[in-house]
Amino acid sequence: MISYGNHRFPGQLFVVEGTDGSGKSTQLALLHQWLKAEGYPVFFSEWNSSPLVKDTTRRAKKRHLFTPATFSLLHATDFADRTERDIIPPLKAGAIVLADRYIYTAFARDVARGCDRAWVREVYKFAIKPTVAFFFRAPLDIAIDRIISGRPALKYYEAGLDMEWSDEAEESFTIFQGKILTEYDRMVEEFGLTVVDASRSIEEQQHEMRDIISKHLKKRRSRNH
Amino acid sequence: MFYGTPLPGIEREEYSGKLIVLEGADGVGRSTHTALLRTWLEARGHAVLDTGMTRSVLAGRGIKEAKTGHTLGRLTMQLFYATDFVDRLENEMLPALRAGFIVLTDRYVYSAIARAEVRGLDPSWIRSLYGIALVPDAVFYLRVDSAQELVQRVLASGRRFDYWESGMDLHLGGDFYDSFIEYQSQMLKVFDRMSDEYGFQVLDASRSINRVAAVLRRAVARVIDKKPKVGGISHSSTETQTTSDLAVKPALAARADS
Repeated sequence: MISYGNHRFPGQLFVVEGTDGSGKSTQLALLHQWLKAEGYPVFFSEWNSSPLVKDTTRRAKKRHLFTPATFSLLHATDFADRTERDIIPPLKAGAIVLADRYIYTAFARDVARGCDRAWVREVYKFAIKPTVAFFFRAPLDIAIDRIISGRPALKYYEAGLDMEWSDEAEESFTIFQGKILTEYDRMVEEFGLTVVDASRSIEEQQHEMRDIISKHLKKRRSRNH
Repeated sequence: MFYGTPLPGIEREEYSGKLIVLEGADGVGRSTHTALLRTWLEARGHAVLDTGMTRSVLAGRGIKEAKTGHTLGRLTMQLFYATDFVDRLENEMLPALRAGFIVLTDRYVYSAIARAEVRGLDPSWIRSLYGIALVPDAVFYLRVDSAQELVQRVLASGRRFDYWESGMDLHLGGDFYDSFIEYQSQMLKVFDRMSDEYGFQVLDASRSINRVAAVLRRAVARVIDKKPKVGGISHSSTETQTTSDLAVKPALAARADS
């Protein structure tokens, strides 16, 4: 079985991670435009997007059916489908795969919800190791501000209300995001995440990303010729 | 008592109920015997919960829909089934066991593990995944010798060969029959191996329904009437359960590594 870190596919996998409101999706969209303009075959894949699992997730969220364990496993199911359909085949075909959120999101959220740290990592052992995993680190208050001001209302699981830390959505969300950020910080060293300071300007962050990715693209050219 | 890491928020505790598993290949008679056992147990005055794969509120429907499309990859399938299993464990099996029910389950994690192994997934990965499973009080393995015998049962039932029961996703043979034989033969091999690993009580399922049912009733009665052990893991021991009808494989102690 393919397990974490073992692949030798010709493609490259770049992922963005970070708390809600860290600006990672904006950065990935800019990167996507740039790579396409440069003529690379690019394939984009985002968290929670498997057509096989979508209906089950939606129903479970609406009816509050999840426990921390089933929340974790259904998201792993979704990720497995994406790995089998959207990530491995394009990588084998030599494409650049861009992923908005990856296994680190599961590690952060599921452990924040009380799942065993080692068990969650074992569940995702089939994942492909990214070429670079960018972690957009934003101070907690900035990220929370962006989310709370930018959306109509916090959703039940998004706010972590299932954990009953607080009855109040904003307070619960703040507690949840704090735990998530703690988990991300632990993972920087464990998985060699590339930290991007998300409090800087959008342009500065994008520039830094492109610098890092350019180096990997050069390797790609020299390998393919 | 769990095989590995217990679920978040689940205490290790003694349950007053009993968890009884019927395992075996497709078409071997598991659901028939589960139904017979249920009727018999209720007549004896026990409260019974019966459960089985894809019956969860959370994931049952989703799995069935995903399977009709035949686009379900092997990893995705495993994790979808694990989701289904955990939903039933947390919301049905554990509450029933706490309340003193006899929980009868038509298949348990062993079928999932066998399917994963036959599909070339890492055996240690699938076992860690199911480390969250409760160790049952007894596992009865309804065994037949060959895939040919299973074919006869499929024919007798009047059903068509099922895509997944024939392992068509593995491309093992040119048609449903060839694929079924090859796939089920591999499954039987894995089950036989697991029999030692997990201490299955093996029943010869090629005999008549009445005969198998009688053996099962006796064996289940022994599990239920057994006094709960003090301070520990209750595990079937070879001395007390061997009869000429029931081959008991030595039970490996469950891994209590966490």
